Amino acid sequence: MMARNFKHCGAALMALLAVSGIAQAAPDLGQAAQQATNWTAIGMFAAFVVLTLFITKWAAAKTRSASDFYTAGGGITGFQNGLAIAGDFMSAASFLGISAAVFLDGFDGLIYAIGFLVGWPVITFLMAERLRNLGRFTFADVASYRFAQKPIRVFAASGTLVVVLFYLIAQMVGAGQLIKLLFGLEYWIAVVIVGILMMVYVLFGGMTATTWVQIIKAVLLLSGASFMAFSVLAQYDFSPEKLFRTATEVHAKGDSIMGPGSFIKDPISAISFGMALMFGTAGLPHILMRFFTVPSAKEARKSVLWATTWIGYFYILTFIIGFGAIVLVGTNPAFKDAAGALLGGNNMAAVHLAKAVGGDVFLGFISAVAFATILAVVAGLTLSGASAVSHDLYATVIKKGNATSANELKVSKITTIALGFIAVLLGIAFEKQNVAFMVSLAFAIAASANFPVLFMSVLWKDCTTRGATVGGFLGLATAVILTILSKSVWVDVLGHGAAIFPYASPAIFSMAVGFFGIWIFSITDKGPRAQIDRAGFEAQEVRAETGIGASGASGH
Amino acid sequence: MDQDIVQRVKSDPNYRKLKETRSRFGWTLTWAMMIVYYGFTLLVAFNKEFMGTRIGEGVMTWGIPLGLFVILFTVLITGIYVRRANKEYDDLTDAIRAKVGA
Repeated sequence: MMARNFKHCGAALMALLAVSGIAQAAPDLGQAAQQATNWTAIGMFAAFVVLTLFITKWAAAKTRSASDFYTAGGGITGFQNGLAIAGDFMSAASFLGISAAVFLDGFDGLIYAIGFLVGWPVITFLMAERLRNLGRFTFADVASYRFAQKPIRVFAASGTLVVVLFYLIAQMVGAGQLIKLLFGLEYWIAVVIVGILMMVYVLFGGMTATTWVQIIKAVLLLSGASFMAFSVLAQYDFSPEKLFRTATEVHAKGDSIMGPGSFIKDPISAISFGMALMFGTAGLPHILMRFFTVPSAKEARKSVLWATTWIGYFYILTFIIGFGAIVLVGTNPAFKDAAGALLGGNNMAAVHLAKAVGGDVFLGFISAVAFATILAVVAGLTLSGASAVSHDLYATVIKKGNATSANELKVSKITTIALGFIAVLLGIAFEKQNVAFMVSLAFAIAASANFPVLFMSVLWKDCTTRGATVGGFLGLATAVILTILSKSVWVDVLGHGAAIFPYASPAIFSMAVGFFGIWIFSITDKGPRAQIDRAGFEAQEVRAETGIGASGASGH
Repeated sequence: MDQDIVQRVKSDPNYRKLKETRSRFGWTLTWAMMIVYYGFTLLVAFNKEFMGTRIGEGVMTWGIPLGLFVILFTVLITGIYVRRANKEYDDLTDAIRAKVGA
């Protein structure tokens, strides 16, 4: 069992990234019998659904224009938006995955958690207010500000849809596995429930409902995790030293859980993985979209500060929860099968701890929150994908900016339904597949395609339409190809012997390709469009720095 | 935005001050964050023994407080930027807006 645990955790950095971790444990789940139907959990989840449907009804009355649909009319405050951003980031996966990583390896779990957090200051210092000042609905508004619309919008919509799709599949598969285990529902039923509820939120309530669902879930998750961490610490007189000492005494790896283990193998993988997380965060379309829901640059900054605070707090909690699981779950035979492995796989460490500290009712609560978490994240992703299609492709590329708000809204709703169906179908199709690579691929693409284009178009005067488009697509292609050639796809999915690309994450190479592509195809660009692009920088810069001219941006 | 406003804003000394101080401050903090994070990562990659070394009598190692420090540093540095931006930079921006009447 030790050897298997070890392999599990060392398998790939990605394995525990987001829901993928849950999917990694899929074989375990397959062997375990479906759990008995858990009525407490279902009851609490039903209460959450009823509450969120009321909110959706209220939001629907406020969602009349495309602006309402995409950005809640720009009427979200910095504090609310910060919670919503934190909600987008605190997926079921980071909760279960990171606490499982700590449960298995101790300190190594902390390395994951830190990687997820460090992108936020960079977004704050370099991107947040410029995004708010330049954009309206999507990050493509910002990237294409002074460029020819068509190529950049097509690129941005592709970047958005690819990221959203990989992220969605990983979430849907994770949802199916998790809910099968926690609620005792069948896999496909769980996937269909997620698909339908998500469509209802987005279709009727747009960004207002999606944001509030995310806020409620963030509050529930933070409260639940706080209670767990508090209960664990209370058992050790609030002395971390006592908790850690007990953990080293009972953990099979002993003292080594207090320092780095097998997680970081080579420095290139470590740096590359860190870059994917740091800069990928600044290129995730469903996160960037949230900067357009607040009324001003000031509120945009406040949102990131709140988001960073909550996410940082949350990761400290997961660290304590992981150690709590070592001492309270790892030592309790009731949570283990005959072979001594954790029931339901290692990702269930936090769930078992919920039962250990709060009994069946609290277990039901945490299960319901985990379900709600997936639902909220999926809704945000779908909304972001829908706005890429309706705002970037339909309204700007096809209708050349002449679409009415009503038509644009109609297209986003049709896209939402289409994405909902695609998500459910892919979720079912990928049930038995190893989707561990998908979330890390989404981050790598965001870091190598979306982020460089956004960064260079806003900050580099000589960037041109051609450079941004070609460089962006090159970054995207490199991230995808290198991921296919890496262990997580080449060996784990395709079943080949050894990986051609030896590192854990492509980001360090694919980001370089993206940036270099933008640079070389811009400076060699001598066409007439390139002159317009460069001439447009002055006005763009003034607006990016001051927000002058952006007053109408929130649709008020 | 018409070129006239752009030129008026650009010639405003407040605009130059805003652009320069904010850019310098933003990049300084960005590099500070990078150094702390990649420093931590490289320490983990190259000096595992140090990170796993006990600090004192107890089981606490250097790695854990350092890791928690990176988390707190991330939140603090964001707070420092937002505090300054929401006061100083927004005042400058308002002054620029008032001057060009936008």
